[in-house]
Amino acid sequence: MITVIARKELGVLFGSPLAWVILALAQLVFAWFYLAHLESFLQVQPQLIRIANPPGATEAIAAPLFSIGAVVLLMITPLLTARLIAEERRNHTLPFLISAPVSMTEIVLGKFLGLMIFLSIIIALIIALSISLLAGGSLDFGLLLSNIAGLWLLSACFVALGLYISCLSMQPAIAGAAALCILFGLWIMDNAEGGENSITRSLSLSAHFENFNRGMIDTFDLAYFALFIFFFLALSIRWLKLYR
Amino acid sequence: MSAKTEQKTLSAHGLSRHFGARIAVNQVSLELRQGEVLGLLGPNGAGKTTIMRLLTGNLAPTAGRVEICGMDLQKKTREAKACIGYLPEIPPLYRELTIDEYLRLAARLRRLARSKTDDAIRKAVERCGLDNVRQRLIGSLSKGYQQRAGIAQAIIHDPAVIILDEPTAGLDPNQMRDVRSLLRELGAVRSMIFSTHALSEVESVCDRVQIINHGRQVFEGSVDMMEQEGTRLEEIFTQSTMEKIET
Repeated sequence: MITVIARKELGVLFGSPLAWVILALAQLVFAWFYLAHLESFLQVQPQLIRIANPPGATEAIAAPLFSIGAVVLLMITPLLTARLIAEERRNHTLPFLISAPVSMTEIVLGKFLGLMIFLSIIIALIIALSISLLAGGSLDFGLLLSNIAGLWLLSACFVALGLYISCLSMQPAIAGAAALCILFGLWIMDNAEGGENSITRSLSLSAHFENFNRGMIDTFDLAYFALFIFFFLALSIRWLKLYR
Repeated sequence: MSAKTEQKTLSAHGLSRHFGARIAVNQVSLELRQGEVLGLLGPNGAGKTTIMRLLTGNLAPTAGRVEICGMDLQKKTREAKACIGYLPEIPPLYRELTIDEYLRLAARLRRLARSKTDDAIRKAVERCGLDNVRQRLIGSLSKGYQQRAGIAQAIIHDPAVIILDEPTAGLDPNQMRDVRSLLRELGAVRSMIFSTHALSEVESVCDRVQIINHGRQVFEGSVDMMEQEGTRLEEIFTQSTMEKIET
């Protein structure tokens, strides 16, 4: 049942121009950024060879690409999550799902999965760009995998929060704007004060993604992402149950 | 066979729903047997839609119980919901999907076996007269077709209980006649509850009538009995709904 709902979400998403426009624009941004970094890397490469243990192409091109990918996903996920529940309520299609023999958990997980599949396509674009570096050299696959895992978990956090915000409003535009503001707040909040272990840093999304971006998979970061996703999905399920 | 037709498909006891201090539905009881068509009447805002939402699990009752085909809607939610086909007041349609895609989705969600899906879609499309628009996007269809698409999704899994909220609202006279004959056809084999404002529709389609006013049941009777006694439904409707306002 979860996959049926996920497939429906994808069907509706690809039925509108929004999905295609987002895919095209995201790819444009990534390609631009990739080429710019590739060019500057090639320029400094002769000097890099002289230092011991120089940064490779993965560190100089792929990792920055993933961190810009995180920012791009931060901006586009609210656009996509906004419609998940809010639009069903506005178009009066929610009874279609609720009166079917499916549980609220299945509805929420189906919607979550559907959007995650879409975001995985965007992440796949970034991976494909990074892999293309193999044409002119070797790659640090450990660092690449850690970046992929980090970005994927991060986008799952974005979707979980966006999905819950979408429950709260009947206007997709408000849900989108609110989700964007909250996500952006969580993203920049580690700048608020210094200190490695300050509370703002512990709660910030970007601080936890940074470790993945550097190639470090920490159980603390994994736990943070897992809790974040679980918390907002549980809130969405609870909201749907009480909505009746 | 006669024992089978007597089988209860839906029963609701002491159903109430409060929205804050406002009581939308107050101690309403309903019963429906197989092959029976029940017309739910009442002025606007009487609570007809709320009752239907309670019966389909779209709204949790403040008090009371709903049983569908002998299964409690609160406890055996999934099994009970599988026996209902529901058309809300506003048809729940995805404008971005074609009729075919939409009905396929409806069939999947209602856990219809894959092997039976094509057959079920063909049957529902045929019954609702959607043959020549199967590949069209729902958003581009006229109101009449959209209403029929709404009915098609409600009957695609051949449910034991069909609940339709104002299925003929907003249709032109020809479409209304088509939908009415469809309702008669469906009502002959399945149990059905539908709400309407057209009293003639009730007289031609329903076996039994329940009139709701201010969230309470104010009248119940069988259409045949009324015909025999020569009472007119319109008189009963005016009497039972006007009195309530005066008191």
